Amino acid sequence: MSLSPTGALRQSGNLFAMALDVVRTVPRRPFQAREFIQQAWFVASVTILPTALVSIPFGAVIALQIGSLTRQLGAQSFSGAASVLAVLREASPIVTALLIAGAGGTAICADLGARKIREEIDAMQVLGIDPIHRLVVPRVLASMVVAVLLNGLVSVVGVAGGYFFNVVLQNGTPGAYLASFTTLAQLSDLWAAEIKALVFGAIAAIVASYKGLTAKGGPKGVGDAVNQSVVITFMLLFVTNFVMTAVYFQVAPQRG
Amino acid sequence: MGVEICVEGLTKSFGRQVIWQDVSLTLPAGEVSVMLGPSGTGKSVFLKTLVGLLKPERGSVKVAGRDVTRLRERELYEVRKLFGVLFQDGALFGSMSLYDNIAFPLREHTRKSESQIRRIVLEKMDMVGLLGSEGKLPGEISGGMRKRAGLARALVLDPEIILFDEPDSGLDPVRVAYLNQLIVDLNAQINATFLIVTHDIASARQVPDNIGLLFRRELVMFGPREKLLSSDEPVVRQFLNGRMQGPIGMAEEKDAAQVEQELAQLGDGAHTKTPGGQALTPRLLPGPGITRPPRWEAIARREAELHRKEVADA
Repeated sequence: MSLSPTGALRQSGNLFAMALDVVRTVPRRPFQAREFIQQAWFVASVTILPTALVSIPFGAVIALQIGSLTRQLGAQSFSGAASVLAVLREASPIVTALLIAGAGGTAICADLGARKIREEIDAMQVLGIDPIHRLVVPRVLASMVVAVLLNGLVSVVGVAGGYFFNVVLQNGTPGAYLASFTTLAQLSDLWAAEIKALVFGAIAAIVASYKGLTAKGGPKGVGDAVNQSVVITFMLLFVTNFVMTAVYFQVAPQRG
Repeated sequence: MGVEICVEGLTKSFGRQVIWQDVSLTLPAGEVSVMLGPSGTGKSVFLKTLVGLLKPERGSVKVAGRDVTRLRERELYEVRKLFGVLFQDGALFGSMSLYDNIAFPLREHTRKSESQIRRIVLEKMDMVGLLGSEGKLPGEISGGMRKRAGLARALVLDPEIILFDEPDSGLDPVRVAYLNQLIVDLNAQINATFLIVTHDIASARQVPDNIGLLFRRELVMFGPREKLLSSDEPVVRQFLNGRMQGPIGMAEEKDAAQVEQELAQLGDGAHTKTPGGQALTPRLLPGPGITRPPRWEAIARREAELHRKEVADA
C-alpha cells in the first residue's frame, strides 16, 4: 500500500467502485449457484470450528465478569439477563466479524490473489467472463449467508457457555438464569445482530476480493494482499459495528 | 476468417514510466505476425492492451471496426470472444482438470450439450497432442503441456484472432519446433489472425508473415518478414542476429559512440554477407496432412521459387 495520501484515496475509491460493481452485478443472470454453494461450504468449513471454540471462552468471560459483579450487588437473579444481553448484542457480532474476516476473508483473498498472479483472472477476462460476476458475487453472497449463520452459532454457544460457567462453576441457580433471560434482551437485539453479521460478511468478502484481485508482484504480493485485507477489514468492521450499534439504539426502544 | 487489428498512436505508461509510445501498426487479417523485442520492452503489456486488459494513455486499437480502448465493460466482453489468448504459463485454472479447463469457455458461453462439448474438447486436445491427460490437474503436468493445454483452451471457441505470449519460453528446442509447426498448421486450418510475442529469433525467422520490433519505448519497425530480415536498421539487425554489437545493451541502450565503434569492429564482412538471399531463412510451411488454403499455396510457391533460385546461384 502506498503511503501517499492520494494513493490511499485511490485505493479506497477503487474499493468502493468494486463494491458498487458487486451490487450492480448481483442481479445478473445466470446466477452462479454452483460456485455459491461451493464457496458457502468452503467459508463455513474454515470458520465453524474456530467460531465455536472462540465463543465458549467469550461467553465464559462475560459470565465470570458479570457473576462476581452481580453477587456483590446482590442481583444474582439478573446474571442470566446481563449475560444474554452481552453475548447477543456485542459478543456475537464481534466474534463473527473476527472470524469471517480472519478465517473466511483471508481464504478468499489468498485464493483470488493466487489466481491473479497466475494470470488466471486475466485468462478469464479474455475468455469473456467477468470475474466480478463469476467469482466475487458468489463469494460475497456466500460470506453473507455464512456470517448470518455464524452469528446464530455464536449466540447459542456463547449463551450456553455463560450458562455453564454461571450455573456449574459459580453456583448460580438455573431457574433464575433462565427466568431472567428476557428481562433485558429482546428479539430486536437478535435481529440487529443478524443484520450486523450480514453487513460484516459483505464487507469482509468485498475487501478480501478487492485485495485478492489487485494482488501483484508474485507470491509475496499475495501474502501482502492477505495481510492488508485482514487489517483493512478489521478496521472497517469495528467502525461499522460502532455506527450500526449507535443507529440501533436510536431506532429500537430499549427495555429496562 | 480472421479479423484485422488496427493499432494507432498507442501509448502506455505506468505512473511516470513510459513503456512504449506512438505504436502504430496493422495486423493483416489471417496472417501470422511476430512481435519481437528485448526482455522488458513491454511486449506482454502490448498484448494485454490489445485485448483491453490494460488501458493505454493514448491511441486506439480497432478490432473488427470497434475501438477496444473505448468500449464499455459489457461490449468489451463481447469483443473478447473474438480472441483466443495463450498466456505465458498457460494460465490454466488450477482447481480444474485439463478437460474442465478446456471445456470451460464452451460451458460458459454456449448452450452445447455435454456430449457436443466432449467431442470438441477431445478434438482440440488431440490437435495439441494431449489426448489421455484429460483428468490431470495443471499442477501435475510439465510447463510444455500446460502451454499446449492453454492453447487448446484458447482454440475451443474458434477465435478469429489468436495471441501468443511467449509460446517458446521455458521449452526445449525440439518442443519449440513442434509448437512452431503447430502454429503454422493451425493458421492454415483456421485462417485466424495470429500475433506471437516472443524473443526467440529462430521462430521469428521461420514462422511469420510480418515482424515487428519493440525497443527503446517505441516500435522500431513493423513489416513483411523479408523486409525485416534484410533490413539495415542497426537495432533490427542486432536483434535478428542475436549479437552483442549494436545499440541494444545488457541493461539498457548504449551510447552512440560505443555503437559506432562496435559496428566498425564487426567489419564490412558482416554487412555484405546478409543482403544476398542467403540470410533469408526458409519459411515453415504447413505439414503434409494439412489442406492448404490459397494463401498458403501462394506462400509455398514463392518459397519453392526462392529456394530454386538459391540452388541455381550456388
